[in-house]
Amino acid sequence: MNSAASLAAGRRWRVWEFPLLAVLLASWFVLPGQALLLNEIAILALFALSLDLILGYAGIISLGHAAFFGTGAYTAALFAKHVMPDPLVGMVVAIAAAALLGAISSVLVMRGSDLARLMITLGVAAILFELANKLDFTGGADGLQGVTIGPLLGRFEFDLYGRTGYAYSLVLLIIGILIARRLMASPFGWSLQAIRDNRLRAAAIGLNVDVRLGVVYIIAAAMAGAAGALLAQTTGFASLDGLDFHRSADVMLVVVIGGAGWLWGGVLGALAFKLIQTVLSTWTPQYWTFWLGLFLVVLVMVGREKFLRPWTWWKRS
Amino acid sequence: MSNIVLETKNLVKRFGGFAATNDVSLKVEKGARQALIGPNGAGKTTLINLLTGVLEPSSGTVILNGEDITRLPSHQRVHRGIVRTFQINQLFNEMTPLQSLALVVSNQLGIGARLWQALGRDPRVGERCDALLKQFHLDDVQDQKVGLLAYGKRRQLEIATALACAPKVLLLDEPVAGVPEGERQEVFDIVNALPAEVTVLLIEHDMDLVFNFAKTVSVLVNGALFAEGDVKGISSDPRVKAVYLGEGHHG
Repeated sequence: MNSAASLAAGRRWRVWEFPLLAVLLASWFVLPGQALLLNEIAILALFALSLDLILGYAGIISLGHAAFFGTGAYTAALFAKHVMPDPLVGMVVAIAAAALLGAISSVLVMRGSDLARLMITLGVAAILFELANKLDFTGGADGLQGVTIGPLLGRFEFDLYGRTGYAYSLVLLIIGILIARRLMASPFGWSLQAIRDNRLRAAAIGLNVDVRLGVVYIIAAAMAGAAGALLAQTTGFASLDGLDFHRSADVMLVVVIGGAGWLWGGVLGALAFKLIQTVLSTWTPQYWTFWLGLFLVVLVMVGREKFLRPWTWWKRS
Repeated sequence: MSNIVLETKNLVKRFGGFAATNDVSLKVEKGARQALIGPNGAGKTTLINLLTGVLEPSSGTVILNGEDITRLPSHQRVHRGIVRTFQINQLFNEMTPLQSLALVVSNQLGIGARLWQALGRDPRVGERCDALLKQFHLDDVQDQKVGLLAYGKRRQLEIATALACAPKVLLLDEPVAGVPEGERQEVFDIVNALPAEVTVLLIEHDMDLVFNFAKTVSVLVNGALFAEGDVKGISSDPRVKAVYLGEGHHG
């Protein structure tokens, strides 16, 4: 096969990607009673997708990705409260705010080692958490409650069962997947993988490593901001929880569970994570994280490939 | 107008008290097939790192086409045409040879920063990759992960990656290290087939290889330039022989 054909084959949609998209869309119709849970999953999936862009593709380890999620959530809530209740305008503003924060903090993550980045991302998120805790206009520890969000497109009210909310989140998730897919198939997307694999060589073929990492960091921040805004708008609530460390850690777990660097990992990981969380916390509300921890240890020790193929567990390799 | 494409003036690189590069003033003419030789630890790779911007010199200047590039970052030097290979393969292990080369070619065509158009959408990318893959015998493994390729293939890709950058000055850091005897000549044939205006600086430890390829030779010992001249002069220079024999003649 010649190069052009081979490259074209590489970016074509896989057969299994269509059913996955269809299942996502169908879930809105088939499971109307589960819209609230599904909404949470879709938001987590979008958030995980944004982390996958920097972690799986560019190799930037972040333990503070909630900084952008929380910024999106607070911005959306504040915008609805003080400026106008329209969710789509609020979404755009929230994305812009998260992207701006991404642009500012990208300077900090461009250089330095993995460990330095880990600390810096953690630090930025911690600073924002305490600011939101301290400041009056963010509602402190109470958060911003009872924010009224206008109807979507001026027609669809956000209902108690979360049907509108889930449709909204689902559409944004799918848009996010399509955008991420397109971006990662471009020379820019491939250059991120090159940088992840070998930074020295990436520079030696003429790539401006710092700028590329900065750009993807901003894109990921914007997408995480969208996820945060979705949470605030569909629940009418923004709280410190959106900036909390556990949110950064959870989303990292989601990407690890689903697999980094292939886009669908965020979606599948979010589904697995939320289902495990729901099932376990119903069964043992106090100690469910014990089982989650055990699951993660086994998953990583066995390896995802093998874990998903139980019939190979007892075979000698 | 001078014919010097690459020049260093009193270049020094110290690591603590140790001078890995010691007052090196080197001139490379346009279109030269020049070699830089020296025993192990002579500072050959350090000098390459200084020329390509991987390291910053303690003092001295690097001049490319009359312009001071001493403080220019690596990637900008590549855009000005100074490209290197690495002594130890530096490849993109999770990508395939085709993807690696397609990225390099896209970048070289000035479309490497495109966000919205897929890699290889531009027909020039595929054409150039076809040619490179064939030339370096990588077409049979073009879609396999680089990390899983045999050493010989990886070595070919190492050099193909540099040539895909369309260098004006090519720095080859021991290009045939680890390449089987029978395939070495082929690598040099490819390098020799480069257009005459491309300048090649070959860094080599093995003197015999150098003498088949280069026209002029610079000898580096303990970080400093020790001797310079044409192949004949250097190969018969008793001082150079002593340096090599003195350290036990490898290669």
